[in-house]
Amino acid sequence: MLKQLFKFKGGVKPPTNKTQSTTLPIAGAPIPSRLVVPLHQSIGGTPRPVVQAGDTVLKGQLIGEADGWISAAVHAPTSGTVVDVGMYVQPHPSGLDAQCVVIEPDGRDQWIAHAPFDYAHATPDAVRHYLQQSGVVGLGGAVFPTHGKLTASKTVPMDELIINGAECEPFITCDDLLMRERAEDVVRGIGVFRDLLKPKKVLIGIEDNKPEAAAAMRAAVNALGEQFLVVQVPTLYPAGGAKQLIRVLTGKEVPASKRSTDLGVQCFNVATAYTAWCAIATGQPVISRLVTVSGNVQAPRNYEVLIGTPMGELLQLGQPHPDTDGIVMGGPMMGFLVPNDTVPVVKATNCLIAHSERLFPPKAPEMPCIRCGACGEACPHELQPFELYWNARARNFGKTQEFHIFDCIECGCCSFVCPSRIPLVQYFRFAKSEIWAREREKNAADEAKVRFEFKQYREEREKAEKAEKLAKAAAAQAAKKAAEAAAIAAVESPSETPAPAPTEATGNTPLPAVDPAQDAKKAAIAAAMARAKAQREAAQPKNTETLNADQARELADIEARRQQAGIVEARTAVPPPSDAATQKAE
Amino acid sequence: MMFAPAPFLLKDASVSQVMTQVCMALIPGIAAYSWLVGPAILIQLTIASLTALLAEALMLYLRDKPLALFLSDGSAVVTAWLIALTFPPLAPWWLVTTGTVFAIVFAKHIYGGLGQNPFNPAMVAFAVCIVAFPAQMSQWPNIGLEQSLVDQLNIILGLAPRVDALSGATPLDAMKTALKLGDGQVDIAHLLANQDIYGNFAGRGWEWVATGYLLGGLWLWQRKLITWHAPFAFLAALISLSGALWLYQPATFASPLFHLLSGGAMLGAFFIVTDPVSGCTTPRGKLIFGAGVGLLAYIIRVFGGYPDGVAFAILLMNLSAPVIDLLTQPKIFGLKAAGKGERR
Repeated sequence: MLKQLFKFKGGVKPPTNKTQSTTLPIAGAPIPSRLVVPLHQSIGGTPRPVVQAGDTVLKGQLIGEADGWISAAVHAPTSGTVVDVGMYVQPHPSGLDAQCVVIEPDGRDQWIAHAPFDYAHATPDAVRHYLQQSGVVGLGGAVFPTHGKLTASKTVPMDELIINGAECEPFITCDDLLMRERAEDVVRGIGVFRDLLKPKKVLIGIEDNKPEAAAAMRAAVNALGEQFLVVQVPTLYPAGGAKQLIRVLTGKEVPASKRSTDLGVQCFNVATAYTAWCAIATGQPVISRLVTVSGNVQAPRNYEVLIGTPMGELLQLGQPHPDTDGIVMGGPMMGFLVPNDTVPVVKATNCLIAHSERLFPPKAPEMPCIRCGACGEACPHELQPFELYWNARARNFGKTQEFHIFDCIECGCCSFVCPSRIPLVQYFRFAKSEIWAREREKNAADEAKVRFEFKQYREEREKAEKAEKLAKAAAAQAAKKAAEAAAIAAVESPSETPAPAPTEATGNTPLPAVDPAQDAKKAAIAAAMARAKAQREAAQPKNTETLNADQARELADIEARRQQAGIVEARTAVPPPSDAATQKAE
Repeated sequence: MMFAPAPFLLKDASVSQVMTQVCMALIPGIAAYSWLVGPAILIQLTIASLTALLAEALMLYLRDKPLALFLSDGSAVVTAWLIALTFPPLAPWWLVTTGTVFAIVFAKHIYGGLGQNPFNPAMVAFAVCIVAFPAQMSQWPNIGLEQSLVDQLNIILGLAPRVDALSGATPLDAMKTALKLGDGQVDIAHLLANQDIYGNFAGRGWEWVATGYLLGGLWLWQRKLITWHAPFAFLAALISLSGALWLYQPATFASPLFHLLSGGAMLGAFFIVTDPVSGCTTPRGKLIFGAGVGLLAYIIRVFGGYPDGVAFAILLMNLSAPVIDLLTQPKIFGLKAAGKGERR
């Protein structure tokens, strides 16, 4: 089972701190006093609440309906009463609120009626739909709805399906324990992904500091008669980044401007495969996940935790030391301090680290950059972080894009090695958000401009139409008068030929005079329409420019599905730029 | 709740650690130096360090920067040591002081302090002093002086008269002058064999100081504080150009080994060309930068009017470093095969 491995440049080796939480098996966390279940737990549309305060819900009951194709359903983690559907603070560094369903458990933990999914007889589309309805999303941290990644590209053959069990961040061990204890279900879930994507090869990458997990996975693969290859990859942060793992296992490099499927690769986390299989085999949606509780605690361990459990209550299970002064969600390299200890565990929560100054000493003061280049050596995307830093600091955001700021995965390797203790990743996040904000402003301005120009065009058109009507009326009037005059003339002097009269009349009527004017107006209208169209076309690609390839594809998918479903109203925030465009969309 | 961005784990690294290691790497060269000319060099190092720290403190105060933080970063001491090592060891105290003050005040802080200087401060000091005080900057002592610490201190402080033995030329300079005066009648083999200041390969004794710098430089490379690119390119360019001319006319052009072990070549190769602030940062940029310094240094030291060319060569390449960096940006992950046009 030898496999050629590739290297990615850079990377760092922080102390792994994993053994603390792997000595005990996974334990179930008790039902907390209150569950705050955010509706927006995955990338894409925010699920619509389908319950309201006062409703009683059963365990596994749908409480948030997927909104659009890239969105996933949300379910009640236990039975009880909905006490509120409102805004609560989120596990996000911003500390902003978002819509949550608050459930007071009744303690009975009573399941809603459910049955295994008839996988053997289901079409691929039905499987994808089922996974969406079961709330299966990427549990590696990105929480992208899994069904959205389970359609193979029509143009690029799927060479490799990568299953990510690398878990490179220090402290986190939930994937490790999952593979040790529940390897067979993981492998069955991988089988589902394999069936849908039909890759030539399935590679399961596990960092070589987890030999037990690799052994368990190999045993499960053999027991189930699968051909998946379990590969131990060198322990080097961030080997568990999707792009790094793809590089190590296949040699392919995915830039920010492409999706991995463009290169014939798709990547899923082991926990995602596990929850997908659980949903299929038991009919139970995703209402819990494994969370590592570690750091400044007496009893580090992995817990199976209901989504919505307040982080403070979960942390108490680990018996935090008295000097604990915060909770880090995620690992120490990419995680963040949560705003307070009431924020809920969500599908993206793989680890809670009790923070203390003893564990993570305060950083030394920031010094000027000495351009030593250590960050460039450490960057797994081979960027020049110090150049990005100089330009971000100078608010020279165009230059940061020239230095490929959007290829930065914010892994923190540069900040980790920087001798001047510069929080480089913070500078890059700042630059990225400034660029996004500017693009939004620019798009808004573009839209306003298109609207204004259309208004001008419409007014011009209306004026022209009015003029045309008037001209017609005048012509009719003139013709009538001429006819009357001719009639009178004919009556008065019947010997005269009527022929000159119309000539005279035509010469005097405004009709021929109007014709060139009308032509000019028509030309002006046509020009205005062409201008509006050109601007629209120029503006539209700029809108999508802010999106990455995934999001763009998502949008296209959504549109396609809308059209299929016959949903005709344009739900985009962009107001229809013109009648013509609206008609086209319809 | 405090605000502390990820990563929460950090490698044990700091600017002062970097600077301390650079100083440690200079120690083999300094040891050979003091064995060669006595404790004078240690006196100069002390004068330069104290001057640098004082000037640094003054500038930090004027610029309203935290004194303790920046004084302890060690960068001023590195600059001071490089100045002391490039100036004549028995030069009067005010010479090294002037150079150091100029380096810290003008070459460093006027441009914005640590990390902001476009030119290497030590090389600026050398250039300024050799232009302003050519006589004092060209008086190098004969080696093997039997002088005590006090004797040398008195000379440096101007309390004792300067004797002829203290005011020779550097081996490089001596050769250039001899060749010029000889007017084609004197060849290099004759000079090397008959003049006392030449040793086995280059200037007698000085060749061992250069070897000390080489050792320190290799240690820096092994510690990954510097990469091989710039020193390699510098030495390769120096060897190529000197080698070609030496093969063409060995009587009038010294051997590559002579050039490698003379003047500021080794010190420059490992301690100055590798300065990340004023040099290039991309791998290809470092190669171009190093090679440029090597070629210019040879041209200036052999055909120019100054005893050595390393300092001017470095300053000239410092000027070009930003452009070289811009033109040699490495391809990034995922975009190596793809052309530049693919990305917006």
